[in-house]
Amino acid sequence: MSVVAPPITVPDVAVPRGGLLAALHEWVVTVDHKRLGIMYVVSGLVFLLIAGLEASVIRWQLAAAGNTIVSPQVFNRLFTVHGTTMVFLVGIPIVFGFANYLVPLMIGARDLAFPRLNAFGFWVFLFGGLLLYFSFLGGDGLYGAGSAPDVGWFAYAPLTGRAFSPGNSTDYWNLSILVMGFGTVATSINLIATTLTMRCRGMSLGRMPLYVWMMLVVAGMAVMGLPPLSAAQIMLLLDRFLGAHFFDTQAGGSAVMWQHFFWFFGHPEVYILMVPGFAMVSEIIPVFSRKVIFGYPMVVAASLAIGFLAMTVWAHHMFAIGMGAPLNSAFAASTMLIAIPTGIKIFNWVATMYGGRIRFATPMLFACAFLFQFLCAGLTGIILSVVPFNWQLTDSYFVVAHFHFVLVGSLIFTIFGAIYYWFPKATGRLLSERLGRWHFWLFVIGFNLTFLPMHWVGMLGMPRRIYTYPADRGWDLWNLIASIGVPFQAAAILIFLINVVVSLRQGERAGRDPWDAWTLEWATASPPPAYNFESAPVVASRRPLWDLKHPDDPDGPHE
Amino acid sequence: MIGDARTNVHAVHPLSAARVGMVGLIVAEAALFAVFVVAYLYDLGKSVSGPSPSEVLSVPVLGTVCLLSSSVTVALAVRALARGAVGRSSAWLLATVLLAAVFLAGTAAEWLRLITRDGLTIGTNLFGTTFYALVGLHASHVIVGLVMLALLSVLAWSRALRPAHVERVELVSWYWHFVDGIWIVVLTVVYVIGR
Repeated sequence: MSVVAPPITVPDVAVPRGGLLAALHEWVVTVDHKRLGIMYVVSGLVFLLIAGLEASVIRWQLAAAGNTIVSPQVFNRLFTVHGTTMVFLVGIPIVFGFANYLVPLMIGARDLAFPRLNAFGFWVFLFGGLLLYFSFLGGDGLYGAGSAPDVGWFAYAPLTGRAFSPGNSTDYWNLSILVMGFGTVATSINLIATTLTMRCRGMSLGRMPLYVWMMLVVAGMAVMGLPPLSAAQIMLLLDRFLGAHFFDTQAGGSAVMWQHFFWFFGHPEVYILMVPGFAMVSEIIPVFSRKVIFGYPMVVAASLAIGFLAMTVWAHHMFAIGMGAPLNSAFAASTMLIAIPTGIKIFNWVATMYGGRIRFATPMLFACAFLFQFLCAGLTGIILSVVPFNWQLTDSYFVVAHFHFVLVGSLIFTIFGAIYYWFPKATGRLLSERLGRWHFWLFVIGFNLTFLPMHWVGMLGMPRRIYTYPADRGWDLWNLIASIGVPFQAAAILIFLINVVVSLRQGERAGRDPWDAWTLEWATASPPPAYNFESAPVVASRRPLWDLKHPDDPDGPHE
Repeated sequence: MIGDARTNVHAVHPLSAARVGMVGLIVAEAALFAVFVVAYLYDLGKSVSGPSPSEVLSVPVLGTVCLLSSSVTVALAVRALARGAVGRSSAWLLATVLLAAVFLAGTAAEWLRLITRDGLTIGTNLFGTTFYALVGLHASHVIVGLVMLALLSVLAWSRALRPAHVERVELVSWYWHFVDGIWIVVLTVVYVIGR
């Protein structure tokens, strides 16, 4: 079966010579998709720590009525930068970092189609992130000491106009997100070109791993969803610097237009972040259930349906602005419709687990918690799509609870599961299962302590983005419980970091395929050599490693 | 499973990565333009002060003719290069650059007149805002295309461009056709519907 490949001389990339500076130089000039992927994920995790600290201060301030830990203005900056960081500096780089690392390996390619464009995307993201954080020092420009953006992560007009946001802090928000948008579009085009033109022999579209399928959908959404945000941000730049009137209602402009443009990006963005989470669990659940994924074609079709429908639901963020019954009904309907393909996926994952020999290793634990928490997030999502209910709860903590169940309870959980799953591939060593369990349980407890009570307190009428509240509203207890969850989550993250540091040095050697998995990335060494595969792989089914391990019973005839 | 390394992977796929990449870029650019076009149409007639489009705009016939014919000349340049006629290709590329330059000169003259005679700037009223933003966004794309085409014609003239490079020139021509196509949209929206 195997043909001996001609010897290839490869420069020794694994062992940098000449000390720290040379190693750093190698990482800075690299165009290797694996290194860029690791840099994306590590930078995303660093920003996750920073955004987590910001959130901790927010919860400290809200732990009791009438607290004065931070001033109202600082509170506004904290939730603005927290939200912006989580979406653009944590979610996007981590999910695209994983795609960078995994897509070429999973399709048996040497690298992405445009390696230098890939490096461009990473550095644009990193400097965009630094630009946002520089605003803490230089946000007011010549006006005084630093500040940070305080207009909320969706930066509604007319608050972002010169009259209401003097100084430059809003411009830092605008410019940093604008340049990061260019980087994300570049990387998405790169992923699409790679997936469509560089698959190894035998890997038809119908044999691609589900991860690759879903990242293809995500990249497509990003190519169509991010430029509208860039366009709106260019308009905002023109308004702020050249005196244009796009969002200036006094000159006939429209503040609502910003909302439409922002959410035309903003809702696909939710799926740009969440579908990669689906992609990760679609790889993890089958391997740890020891079963092939249930209904592969349906999962692919559901992903495509989500990709299309995601472009049609944006105005459900705007039910409260008075769009009128026809538009409200249309967007409510499309929002409920998108729950169908999403529900199909949940059934597929559960059906994959059904009757399987489930092994509850740490990646699978995170995937299971994801199933429960994502179901909860999906149900509150459908609740919020009901227009009258939305009128009651919009801009309340119920909404905050809903999207944190999506972005933390679902996305961050799948990301942690994915880190435990693919860490051995990237580093050659397994993360500790014992510490992994501590990490998982503390995080589940902390997450639910923090975000579950936000549902109740939202229904009791607590608005989001208030820096404090009076004591007689019945909100105290729930807010205290929410804040008590923070140290649990912090402890979980600390244990995770310890786990990474310890396992990098002393972790169990992983070998090629520690999980007995089936996709191509496990066919090469851990960590993979710069050239990925010694010879170009050829596949005959969706689970090439199954075929290799069970030549007597290959998958092909069953597909 | 692990098979022969010497088979060419790319031979399996009909599309080249570069072509898919350029299509991706064009889709992203189209989404960008779509938002500016929607803003233009939505804001039509909402200006609270003058001047209005019907008072100051006239259809740029010469510029439109030049820009649309430049799509033909760039296609001829690609065809000439594919047939190995580098000199002819260079000439067609130069013609494309000149036609694009005439278009840009027309835009420059129009803007100069609007600013100095009609007193319309981006801050004058909502019409000025949307007009300069949309037409300016398109003109900036023409400038990018012009720079790429000028580079190609210099490379062709110095014989550095060879028939082997035909795909790259073709991809620049795709971008150029896209810029032309967008102009038809801008022309319709700004100078026909909007006037």
